[in-house]
Amino acid sequence: MISMTELSKIHNSPESAARLKKRRAAEWRLKAYGIMAITLAGAALVTLMWSVVGKAAGAFTESYITLPVYLAADEIDPDGTGERAIIGRANFGGVTKDALKDAFPFVKSRGDKRAMYDIISGGAAFELRELTMADPAIIGQTIDFRFLASDIADLYLKGSYGDLVEQNAGGTLTVQSDGKTAVVTSSTTDFAFVMARVKSDLLAKAAFNRDQAALQENGRAVFTQRGDLDEAAKREAARDRLLGVAEELEARAALDGGREALDKNSPSVLVRMGETWVKLTEVSATGGEGKIIGVLDSGVRAAGDWQVYLQDLPEASRKVSDLQIVLIENLRSAGAVETVFSKRFFMAGDSREPELAGIWGAAVGSFWTMLVTILLAFPIGVMAAIYLEEFAKKNWVNTFIEVNINNLAAVPSIVYGLLGLAIFLGFFGVPRSAPLAGGIVLAVMTLPTIIIASRAAMAAVPPSIRDAALGIGASKLQTALHHVLPLSMPGILTGTIIGMARALGETAPLIMIGMVAFIVDVPTGVMDSATVLPVQIYRWSDFPERAFEARTSAAILVLLVFLIFMNGLAVFLRKRFERRW
Amino acid sequence: MTNEVKISTKNVDVFYGDNHAIKDVSVDILKNTVTAFIGPSGCGKSTFLRCLNRMNDTIDSCKITGELLMDGEDIYAKSVDPVQLRAKVGMVFQKPNPFPKSIFDNVAYGPRIHGLVGNKTDLEEVVETSLRRAAIWNEVKDRLDAPGTSLSGGQQQRLCIARAIATAPEVLLMDEPASSLDPIATAQIEELIDELRNNYSVVIVTHSMQQAARVSQKTAFFHMGDMVEYGDTTAIFTNPVDQRTQDYITGRFG
Ligand SMILES: Nc1ncnc2c1ncn2[C@@H]1O[C@H](COP(=O)(O)OP(=O)(O)OP(=O)(O)O)[C@@H](O)[C@H]1O
Ligand SMILES: [Mg+2]
Repeated sequence: MISMTELSKIHNSPESAARLKKRRAAEWRLKAYGIMAITLAGAALVTLMWSVVGKAAGAFTESYITLPVYLAADEIDPDGTGERAIIGRANFGGVTKDALKDAFPFVKSRGDKRAMYDIISGGAAFELRELTMADPAIIGQTIDFRFLASDIADLYLKGSYGDLVEQNAGGTLTVQSDGKTAVVTSSTTDFAFVMARVKSDLLAKAAFNRDQAALQENGRAVFTQRGDLDEAAKREAARDRLLGVAEELEARAALDGGREALDKNSPSVLVRMGETWVKLTEVSATGGEGKIIGVLDSGVRAAGDWQVYLQDLPEASRKVSDLQIVLIENLRSAGAVETVFSKRFFMAGDSREPELAGIWGAAVGSFWTMLVTILLAFPIGVMAAIYLEEFAKKNWVNTFIEVNINNLAAVPSIVYGLLGLAIFLGFFGVPRSAPLAGGIVLAVMTLPTIIIASRAAMAAVPPSIRDAALGIGASKLQTALHHVLPLSMPGILTGTIIGMARALGETAPLIMIGMVAFIVDVPTGVMDSATVLPVQIYRWSDFPERAFEARTSAAILVLLVFLIFMNGLAVFLRKRFERRW
Repeated sequence: MTNEVKISTKNVDVFYGDNHAIKDVSVDILKNTVTAFIGPSGCGKSTFLRCLNRMNDTIDSCKITGELLMDGEDIYAKSVDPVQLRAKVGMVFQKPNPFPKSIFDNVAYGPRIHGLVGNKTDLEEVVETSLRRAAIWNEVKDRLDAPGTSLSGGQQQRLCIARAIATAPEVLLMDEPASSLDPIATAQIEELIDELRNNYSVVIVTHSMQQAARVSQKTAFFHMGDMVEYGDTTAIFTNPVDQRTQDYITGRFG
């Protein structure tokens, strides 16, 4: 017989104290692991947000270049009709180009002109056209028009290609010009910085050659050992050639004074004299020779009347050319350049030109798609859940259905895309690329999630509530609709919103049914061709233009904001309508 | 008290899967009579009560055999709609289970779904009368909009009684309706039961011998699924035939 009084003494024994200590240590450990896990997850999230926000910033602003533009009546509306149709047909692209030509008359060659035109967006001409159509009275006048800058000009202005850095220059500059090229010589070694830069490049190249030579030497040793003297001789020759190149480069670097050529793979050196610039192609410590951008006569410039700039990124490694940089810098000095908040990003449809591309089209596409999804998935899902939870008998057919619904929730989303392609597009003839098709596919994908969440919410309603209703003489349907459904609604809504959030971020099944097409127009209904936010992100991320990088990140940010909003709503609903019984 | 039979049951057996919960029970529930079911915990009182309004239909594992007639009609016949039956045979459950809705809506729910009243004033009147008869009106009249679940356990129990009588059933099944009530509320409920007898048949499950003796005219004693003894309450309490009944009433087990 166990004596309970004896057993009670155990609570005060040293073993008991040891157990207590162990238990507390275990609890402490668990807490520490938890904090560690949360810290890690938090850090990952912050890093993600930081990188996305950092990259996205550029997409929320855009640059404008203000130029005087002459709206020649004989080109735009020769008969002075003032009719929209006639004005609309005019060549505003040409008008825009003329404005640039007027601003920079010294740009002569065809290549240079093309580069000049490229600092203004192709969309600017359309905006000028809109403006003129809206107010024909300005025809015949010269107006100041804000031209949207092209993506490369915009990126340059935002510093994406690195900055043009002014160097110290204290000497007097002697200029010898033949109109096209100029030789500039400073009274002091104002260009020594270039030489240092160029020489370090030479040494780096020499080091690379020496590394290659070392590899050849290894090869030579191996082949000699094998007795393959022919191969060994080839390696030896290659080694000696590489070493020769390296020595020559090192000798050039060691030479004081001397001249070095600057090419597309060297940093750019630009000498500025007011509006006119010289882009150096050859440089020494005291000066150099280069191409004139602008108009320049021979003469002498006092210190302070000229500057020298270094653009570290070589011209070959950036989309914006030295000529374009010079033009933009001249415009910037004239106060004709501004960078402002971009409504366009939020209001425009897609475009192949990054500076014109916006997310509105995709956002509206997402809206229509989600509308179709929720209108289909919510009622069907809830009704299926009511049937399965409240009416279905426990037999093997229903168990089979239940197991399969749970399986469907785990099926990869692309499978739903294939299903949609085969059944809804192929068999029922729903139009390709339309939100209707996407919505149906996503509804099918979301159904299992909604059904499972709804059933869980209904199962959580205590049976005593059902008894109460049935006991009063409510039918099963009345019990389900009047009592079970309202009580489980927060859970159902939470599940639905989480399902919708997943659908909102879904790409793969939509690509299968053609919602990946390039669509400029904002869709006006569920039958229009459309794309959705995540697909837009996927497309933009694939484009080579650098300006799309920012837009991709910005679109991700917008999608994240939507998702956070939806999940926040789910949490709110859960907290607000949560009941205890 | 009359001798007219409202519900007659013959040779009723109930199984929960393999568990034989009710064994060959035959009881008649008379019109205008309060019948008390007494017996130790787990003996099958609730189970039998739930057979009378087919609440056991909701339990998948539950099987019922035997004859159960109400007004001469088989309760379990195919032609009988259990929903209709439950409207006529009301029930107060052992555990109070108000809807998580307002007090008003709790009581008004039955009249609403059965279309008992035509307009809002009538509905309000039915709700008030029901709450008054369940002896809870004074406590809740100022907060009819408050959720029923915000009431105390005893108040919830009376709310459930009000909800059951608001549907105007012919038979009222009450599973320990006074288990968490104080003596005053208990007395009021017993008064209600006595009053209900004028129009309805009442079946009450109770663990209080005094209560059974006070309110009922007929008593059935259950023991381990058997109905041991059934007869006039006075007879059962003063002159039990079976030894087990005698032991239970005198508190020797249970
Ligand atoms: N839903 C059910 N499923 C399976 N067995 C049940 C169920 N409800 C009751 N039982 C069993 O039936 C028997 C009778 O239970 P019942 O609830 O009728 O007892 P009771 O007399 O009402 O007891 P109490 O006085 O404690 O309420 C018990 O053995 C119980 O375990
Ligand atoms: Mg019971």
